[in-house]
Amino acid sequence: MDRRPIVIVGTGLGGYSLAREFRKLDAETPVLILTADDGRYYSKPILSNAYTSGKTPDTIALADAAAMASQLKATVRTDTRVMAIEPDRETLWIDGKGIDGGGIDGESIAYRGLVLALGADPIHIPVAGSAADRVLSVNDLGDYTAFRAAMGAARRIAVMGAGLIGCEFANDLTHAGIAVSVIEPASWPLSRFVPEPVGGALERALADLGVQWSLGRVVQSLDDEDGAVRVTLTDGTRFSADGVLSAVGLRPRTALAAAAGLRIGRGIVVDRRLETSAPGIYALGDCAEVEGLVLPFVMPIMHAARALAKTLAGQPAPVAYPAMPILVKTTAFPVVVAPPATGVPGEWEIEVQTAGARGLYRGPDGRLLGFALAGEAVADKSALTRELPPTLP
Amino acid sequence: MGETMKKWQCGVCGFIYDEAQGLPEAGIAPGTRWADIPDTWVCPDCGAPKSDFAMVEID
Repeated sequence: MDRRPIVIVGTGLGGYSLAREFRKLDAETPVLILTADDGRYYSKPILSNAYTSGKTPDTIALADAAAMASQLKATVRTDTRVMAIEPDRETLWIDGKGIDGGGIDGESIAYRGLVLALGADPIHIPVAGSAADRVLSVNDLGDYTAFRAAMGAARRIAVMGAGLIGCEFANDLTHAGIAVSVIEPASWPLSRFVPEPVGGALERALADLGVQWSLGRVVQSLDDEDGAVRVTLTDGTRFSADGVLSAVGLRPRTALAAAAGLRIGRGIVVDRRLETSAPGIYALGDCAEVEGLVLPFVMPIMHAARALAKTLAGQPAPVAYPAMPILVKTTAFPVVVAPPATGVPGEWEIEVQTAGARGLYRGPDGRLLGFALAGEAVADKSALTRELPPTLP
Repeated sequence: MGETMKKWQCGVCGFIYDEAQGLPEAGIAPGTRWADIPDTWVCPDCGAPKSDFAMVEID
């Protein structure tokens, strides 16, 4: 009898959701979950809204690793880093140095199936100056704890990046009474997701709340200034901040898979069954590229976890995605966006009113292919979502 | 009459289900108790399952 476990690497939403779905189908097969952090279960989307919702790092954590292990009837090994995978031998190596110059070091674990739920790393943009190393980013609960501690009595924070996370933090920190400056190279917030008039409506709403925008510019340098940071932008603008938060995007974690010879694109390339180029090794969540799509959001993870659980339980199931609008929790002026598929022909029809903005992306035949709703217009989310084509049929 | 209506919040994304409001667009009538929503229901915003980590009572 095969007593090798299914090994899941990662205890974010992807790893834990998969384990949970798998246990609904299979109560017996051993499951081993490895994580480089402390294995606490929490909701990552809450990190950029925690001030507003009154949550601290300790209340964000819903369960610790021991509680999760018992709930999932799994073994959870925390503070454990996977150093190398040998697909041909269905073995991975933890701790130690992994495979290095032909030698192998550390502890080996044989698996019957391996799931990579590694997540993504925040992108860091290099900046000049003596305070460049004071830039923080919040990508997990540990980061958030450090961010809260570092902020302490901070009254002024500079946020680099006006994407989903940058805008949510700007909203959240402003609500907490902190003066927020947002620096963004594009000319409007959420520029990757929404057309200019919709982004402009968000810009005005957050400006009314107190957010200072520096659009069309980037940070040139960050310098120490009596305990604070002097921020210099590319157009020469200077201002002072007590802290700098970077939220300029995520990059899928692919190094471990690449070193094992797995196919890599923008993420770890998987097919519709979420299987990598190495048989028996799967990937889901922010590290994975499914049919060309890298979607670092909760909804795709939940769909992937349910499909992959079936496959691992011996009932192979391809993943399918419905239309999955993204909610931007800028509570002062919420935004919901369902971006049209890359390159799909069509045009935005845009309507801006004082209390909201609506962009509808329609193809040549008039069919709705995407939308961007802001303010009061978010009420139309459900009705419009039903008109959208599925993201992955 | 029955107890007061309650609200339930998705532990993953923060979505709030208000029993008084229901989710008419999803075919759940106003006044539908959390207990009467099927276990196969998932959070409309993030897809988290009802039964798992998902909803916690608030208020």
